[in-house]
Amino acid sequence: MENTETGVRSRPDIKGWGIDADPANDPTYPMKARTDEEQLGYTWERPTQQPITVEVLHSNERPNVSAVYGSTLPPKGLSGQLRRYAFKYSESDYKHWLPLVLADRVDVVEGLIDDIKHGHIPNIFAERGWKVKWKHDRSGLIKDIAVAAVITYAVYAWLSPGRKKRRRD
Amino acid sequence: MLAMNYRGPMRVRVDQKPMPQIEHPEDAIVRVTRSCICGSDLHLYNGLVPDTRVGSTFGHEFIGVVEEIGPEVHKLKVGDHVLVPFNIACGKCAFCRQGLFGNCHESNPQATAVGGIFGYSHTAGGFAGGQAEFVRVPYANVGPTVIPEGMDPDDAVLLTDVVPTAYQAAEMGGIQPGDTVVVFGAGPVGIMAARCCWLFGAGRVIVFDEVDYRLEFVRNYASCEAYNYKEIDDVVLFVKKTTDWLGADVCIDAVGADAAGNTAQTLLGRKMLMTGGSATALHWAINAVKKGGIVSIVGVYGPIDSLIPIGNVVNKGLTIRANQASVKKHLPRLIEHVMSGTLNPKALITHRIPLEEISDAYRMFSDKLDNCIKPVLIPPTARS
Repeated sequence: MENTETGVRSRPDIKGWGIDADPANDPTYPMKARTDEEQLGYTWERPTQQPITVEVLHSNERPNVSAVYGSTLPPKGLSGQLRRYAFKYSESDYKHWLPLVLADRVDVVEGLIDDIKHGHIPNIFAERGWKVKWKHDRSGLIKDIAVAAVITYAVYAWLSPGRKKRRRD
Repeated sequence: MLAMNYRGPMRVRVDQKPMPQIEHPEDAIVRVTRSCICGSDLHLYNGLVPDTRVGSTFGHEFIGVVEEIGPEVHKLKVGDHVLVPFNIACGKCAFCRQGLFGNCHESNPQATAVGGIFGYSHTAGGFAGGQAEFVRVPYANVGPTVIPEGMDPDDAVLLTDVVPTAYQAAEMGGIQPGDTVVVFGAGPVGIMAARCCWLFGAGRVIVFDEVDYRLEFVRNYASCEAYNYKEIDDVVLFVKKTTDWLGADVCIDAVGADAAGNTAQTLLGRKMLMTGGSATALHWAINAVKKGGIVSIVGVYGPIDSLIPIGNVVNKGLTIRANQASVKKHLPRLIEHVMSGTLNPKALITHRIPLEEISDAYRMFSDKLDNCIKPVLIPPTARS
């Protein structure tokens, strides 16, 4: 396979190659201004690399950390371990995404512990915006709380030691 | 500085956080003057996007004043009032050079499918967002654009995402003069997409949603037909009947992962997080479009598989076009449209809320309280 001066791969050695090509028939238009530069591979002049000062997990579908990245929340704790595990697998694999979903939930618990360790008791009602909900949709808020209470009680009843003991008896 | 702080699904607050620093020679630090909550922020708020870390600051629709620039920034100067596209794009990679600024390969280490986006989880690069007093803006020579003299800041902030996304939705639809276009969703993007369809020559525009006040708004704002799907037994059948039994020429999904309207999709996608979100709107779009038609997707979905009738895509010979909006590419034309009065984005803004009241702002937008269409957050430094 050869590269022509335009960067478009061609196979002049194959009889009939490209004889029916119609550049006007471009389904990528209008999203993409076709240049075919990507056919040259990862050869562009890369921007300066942002110094890697924190742990940056990167997709295994790329060879490196992108030239810039967000540095504010590197992986930490148990959620961080789950994220490191997830990044062993490609973006095409459930073993990548499902551990990340789990890590996010673990992170919520770690966040609560972190808040308390720093002497901050989170005001869950305020964080969930219940003040404005109470003002504009009081019945909706009461319904939400009732549903949550029923589900919580059902889960508690299902998991309670007394129920397991009764089942054994 | 004050900044939004994500604590878990449907839990956000404002906290003091460290000031952002120049971390790359092409960085700028911007003092935020307006920041919106986007419909796609609600996917994060509801915990639907994997790798959304506790402590994150959301916000990818913002404008502000340049406070500091890195040594290689030459297109901006301190004091410029800029609108900042939600895409973080290097301008040098093969994808940026093809106009795919939403797919930059040098701004997101964590995922190759999408480029970096401000405040949109580590799946989009892990960058802090603009729902804060200050924000770090990478590649400041590429994305940020000085707000033209005379442009209302409320119009400018909607040029960072809502208007380009809506415009691209219509453009990707390949609308031909006279075409019937169905837009699913009457959120800010759906409303603006309905308006933009006319710019491409649509002959008929129909919008579906479940919120009556938004349907009334879009009916007036975009001069289109608007229907509440809850009052219709079968949306697809309704579209077929009203298009002489053939279907719409173009369908636009302006909803994404948080769609209501289908119990199975809601349970699997929004409650159990087993799919990339509830794909109800996309399901309807595929089934309501004409054979050989075009489905344009700007609604945001998570990266996990979603439930859509792909067999019908094949059998109907559909073309599906989708992407994050390439904001920088559309800005010149859209600035013309706003300055000429052709488009009036600021009419979408219904609530101006202090940044400190962000918990209530998210709840209000998420639950569609007080006839909310588009809330804008104003940091304290922009109020004094």
